[in-house]
Amino acid sequence: MPKPARHWPEAKPMADGHSDGRRVCVQNGNFHAIRLILQGRTMYDKPRFLLAGDRGLLVEFGAAIDPEINRKVRQIFLSLEKMPIDGLTEAIPTYRSILISYDPFKINAEILKKEILDRENKLDKLEITPPETIEIQVAYGDDFGPDLEFVAQHNKLTPEEVIQIHTSGTYLIYMLGFTPGFPFLGGLSERIFTPRRENPRLVVPAGSVGIAKNQTGIYPIDSPGGWQLIGKTPIKLYDPTGSSPILLKAGNYLTFKRISREEFHEIAKRYKD
Amino acid sequence: MEIFRVVQPGAYTTVQDRGRFGYQQFGVPICGVVDSFAYRVANALVGNFQGQAVLEATILGPTLEVLNQGLIAVTGGNLSPVLNNTPLPMWESVAIHPEDILQFKGVKSGCRAYIAVAGGIDVPAVMGSRSTYVAGKIGGTDGRPLAAGDRLNNGEGMGKGGIRVSPDLIPTYSDDIEIRVILGPQDDYFSDGIERFFSSTFKVSPKADRMGYRLEGSPITHREGVDKSIISEPSVPGGIQVPPDGQPIILLVEQTVGGYTKIATVISSDIGKVGQTKPGDRIHFRQVDLDEAHRILKTEEEKIQSINMSLMR
Repeated sequence: MPKPARHWPEAKPMADGHSDGRRVCVQNGNFHAIRLILQGRTMYDKPRFLLAGDRGLLVEFGAAIDPEINRKVRQIFLSLEKMPIDGLTEAIPTYRSILISYDPFKINAEILKKEILDRENKLDKLEITPPETIEIQVAYGDDFGPDLEFVAQHNKLTPEEVIQIHTSGTYLIYMLGFTPGFPFLGGLSERIFTPRRENPRLVVPAGSVGIAKNQTGIYPIDSPGGWQLIGKTPIKLYDPTGSSPILLKAGNYLTFKRISREEFHEIAKRYKD
Repeated sequence: MEIFRVVQPGAYTTVQDRGRFGYQQFGVPICGVVDSFAYRVANALVGNFQGQAVLEATILGPTLEVLNQGLIAVTGGNLSPVLNNTPLPMWESVAIHPEDILQFKGVKSGCRAYIAVAGGIDVPAVMGSRSTYVAGKIGGTDGRPLAAGDRLNNGEGMGKGGIRVSPDLIPTYSDDIEIRVILGPQDDYFSDGIERFFSSTFKVSPKADRMGYRLEGSPITHREGVDKSIISEPSVPGGIQVPPDGQPIILLVEQTVGGYTKIATVISSDIGKVGQTKPGDRIHFRQVDLDEAHRILKTEEEKIQSINMSLMR
């Protein structure tokens, strides 16, 4: 069940980039953008618009993987869902950009740009539902998490400590992709960073929870994969014929809760019934 | 009503419609037909509504036994269709009868053929579409390509036989084609690479499927000092990725996000042309601007409308 929404940190003033960054001038047709490239967080002063063919407009809000930038992605994306623009056919939110697909017989890229800029200027006035946090129950170790021991050894921890660290984090769902419902999560503690497996598995079972470098994630569907598997959730992230086929949504948060093997089977059984 | 029994599935035959929209934010790609022109004309020939599902056959077509009276039209690449061992005219509606055998004898031109049946291929819609998405195990026949023994149903149809497209409106599929593109979104990651991209001829590699076409040619180099990959972002059908090895990949309909730089994007009118090339065929690229791409799209739409009008007469 979704828990009360986590409070967003107060927005920091936008970096001006003069002191600790370098300015890079990017020329793209008639459009000049000043990009501020900083060591850490880099939000653009104004969204950057890039053409993605004759039906797509890519809108970039920053140049980094960063919760603040992703927050803006979420806000604009939700505003498009809530107040659709006529002629907009689909939008895809990702780490720091949104793709807007449009029907060129109904609208053109210039009008879309103006509309997005307008919404960006009025961001404070848009009523955006706060993000939710969803809890994912995980049975750790044994055959559910065959790499838990390795992750522990690699980080000079005990398996118990790995589980404790993994379940104490709150993870931002930056985006979904790779396979249906696969979350790209931010917020893994560096104490359990672990490289990918040298030999990827041909089949990672659906529900497996893994770690790869600085990322943690859940496989929604059986697929090949090289992540270190530490546990498994009985929760279905991908239920194509259900009323909401994909459980997670970009921009929300996720926590992991430890459950026993018995609880795992109980929940799994409830799905079958 | 049962219309076909699959005797042989062919190399890769799937049920497709115009695609699955609205789920890309969740990582579910559009899928759908690769060559939308051939698809739309096939549906129009058998009197279907636009958007009804058809079979998309690839290089080696299937062998289908007809189980009931019906009406079909085969368009797209010429995979040498025969009905009861007699060549079947393409771009034309043809009546079929129980025990007829529809077969394909091998590719003559193009790569993908579309088999439309009056009433459309009737499989359950998943997330609003009948399109097969094999990696996501949904759509079509249990989320996989056709298999021997499958029985396919069709809906209620109403077209009539002997309707054909005027020959001057039928596309030709060559093994050496020009594809029109719009620069971007990451053309600023390239300098000399752009010139090489437009002056080179690329060969379609064996790694060419509905997800993407990997090309082989003189490597496209990135500008000095830029990252060769980007923060993962959305992709569109037609996006041309240049991975660090410099060999371009044209993305088609089964990918939602990616982390490689995209030098250019194929205009939507030419995506079907890409999908009609096969390994070994040659592709070169020509740049157009956004306005020109939209004019080309409008012309194509008018062509389909005029075909629709002529078929109604």
